[in-house]
Amino acid sequence: MTYIFEFGWLAEYYPQILKGVLTTLQLIAVGAVLGIALGTFCAWARALGPSWLKPIVAAYVELIRNTPFLIQLFFIFFGLPSLGLQLGELTAANIAMVVNLGAYSCEIIRAGIQATPKGQFEAGASLAMTPFETFRHVVLVPSLQRIWPALSSQVVIVMLGSSVVSQIAAEDLTFAANFIQSRTFRAFEAYIVSTLIYLCLAILLRQALVVVGGFIFPRRAAR
Amino acid sequence: MSLIEITEVRKSYGTNEVLKGINLDVEPGEVIAIIGKSGSGKSTLLRCINGLETITQGSISVAGAQLIDDEVHLKALRLKVGMIFQQFNLFPHLTAGGNVMLSQSVVKKTAKAEAEAMARKMLDRVGLGHKFEAYPDELSGGQQQRVAIARALAMQPIALLCDEITSALDPELVAEVLAVVRELAAEGMTLLMVTHEMKFARDVCSRVVFMHQGRVHEIGPPEEVFANPKTPELQQFLGMH
Amino acid sequence: MIEFSIWDILRNLLLATRWTILLSLVSFVGGGAVGLLLLFLRISKRKAVRAFAKYYIELFQGTPLLMQLFLAFFGLGLFGIDVPAWLAAGLALVLWTASFLAEIWRGCVESIARGQWEASASLGMGRLQQMRYVILPQALKIAVPPTVGFSVQVVKGTALTSIIGFVELSKAGTVVTNATFQPFTVYGLVALIYFALCWPLSKSSQILERKLNVAHRNH
Repeated sequence: MTYIFEFGWLAEYYPQILKGVLTTLQLIAVGAVLGIALGTFCAWARALGPSWLKPIVAAYVELIRNTPFLIQLFFIFFGLPSLGLQLGELTAANIAMVVNLGAYSCEIIRAGIQATPKGQFEAGASLAMTPFETFRHVVLVPSLQRIWPALSSQVVIVMLGSSVVSQIAAEDLTFAANFIQSRTFRAFEAYIVSTLIYLCLAILLRQALVVVGGFIFPRRAAR
Repeated sequence: MSLIEITEVRKSYGTNEVLKGINLDVEPGEVIAIIGKSGSGKSTLLRCINGLETITQGSISVAGAQLIDDEVHLKALRLKVGMIFQQFNLFPHLTAGGNVMLSQSVVKKTAKAEAEAMARKMLDRVGLGHKFEAYPDELSGGQQQRVAIARALAMQPIALLCDEITSALDPELVAEVLAVVRELAAEGMTLLMVTHEMKFARDVCSRVVFMHQGRVHEIGPPEEVFANPKTPELQQFLGMH
Repeated sequence: MIEFSIWDILRNLLLATRWTILLSLVSFVGGGAVGLLLLFLRISKRKAVRAFAKYYIELFQGTPLLMQLFLAFFGLGLFGIDVPAWLAAGLALVLWTASFLAEIWRGCVESIARGQWEASASLGMGRLQQMRYVILPQALKIAVPPTVGFSVQVVKGTALTSIIGFVELSKAGTVVTNATFQPFTVYGLVALIYFALCWPLSKSSQILERKLNVAHRNH
């Protein structure tokens, strides 16, 4: 049997693909910004926060890191309504990504904080800063800079992982691919095209994060 | 025929030429000290002789074996010349005995009992027979370097290359390593050593090579080179020491 | 309508968990074997071979696992094979796992000091002998914690195979939810079972890592 590849459908369906790409980008933009913010807060809480908060954050982080994103998504989208919390597909997808990246970035950022030389905390204290002020003004930025490459990789991983939001009918790139394959029966082509688009998105996102890093951390890290 | 023949050897990294046409013939039993400032190319020359760096031009042969960059030729060459490194480079996951036995059994396919006997003999020779079971991190720097010498000797090389073998050692440990080398020299081993130990070079070596900017700048017996340096560069270099 | 007790739900989920475990094991072992091969290619002396492994890794790490599953499922179908879900699932997971393990292990191999390569070369060892007797024994020790850590990603990755119709824990969760209309309970339990599988792996990876750091001398 010889299979003949057919990409003629691209002309007709590119608006779906474009829409899917935009949704995927929107998801990762929100996920990255809020997820890293949440992760930073959690990292602070786990490393330097009040003792009552530490176990709560630890439980959240461990629970998220040790369960599949798909199940987290299903729990939020299908499970929470029984508590009276109805969420749209996109909202649920956004929340799931923030919660997921929050837990992973917490651990990455915490490693950055823990690599801070002790002298930095002592210097802050000797200048009459409170522990939080020291964290905010002295420790945080160099810590983030230290782990920026690892954090960037995690953002790319979460972006690729977002392809499962199609399973709750959020209309991302994978959703578009599924839609096209059901209409055209050109499954292999539809998935090849979307896979390559994901690959490009991953490469571009990685580059973008390097640029963003250069913007946030204009000076070289003093290790 | 000389034991080691180095002819018009050139070596470049990109546009940076670090060896600019080296000629050197080493006779059996000679002990040669290579001295010079850092960056003069002395370590690179030694590493080229062992095939750790590929030469850009020229030729090197050891007891008739040509240095050609493929596994068969390299192996043949390396069986003839052993190398001792500045950082010892013992295998941390093996005992001292294991270090000395490994390449005998792996490369030469020597039977285990025979390899072990050889390992014990070589460790004895460097004064560490009692450390057969010790791991590298249980040994002092000087002891580690002596194990490294035993490891090279166990392959029964006809020449040894020593690359600043005492430079990473605490001053009080230098003597024990040099004592081993001195003994090897007395037994007639051919030695090429890059060294900063001028006194040792004067006492033990048959010839001293002064390298400067990728060339052999001066060469001769130690009494001549040290007592009567001809070039201003060597005079300046010796003045520093 | 039939009433489902929580025990009914749990029993059904646990039965499906067997498939999650089996698929995880197959993926991890198969991925490890392919990953080891990739590792050798990735650090080969030949440029073209290295480039192949590099692009393989980039491709599998730079695209969604879900897409890889779809492509395996529909792609194998192109050869006229009627593809069972377990085959596509296993194949995709093995290839995906291999790309990550190869990269993790490459990091470990490259962390071995250059002097180890040089010393073993100067003793006349060939490249395979250097790997086998000098480099791998050292790299293996530092590779254990991150490798165990990655096994968690493999277990979680198997959840995606539910989407191409392989009936494991996640799929069972959906099926049971559709029968019981108790998504909160069911997905909560599914999450807890995954947690019970993954957390011990995560924890032992951490402990192993700490041990390795504390006792960097460990015979």
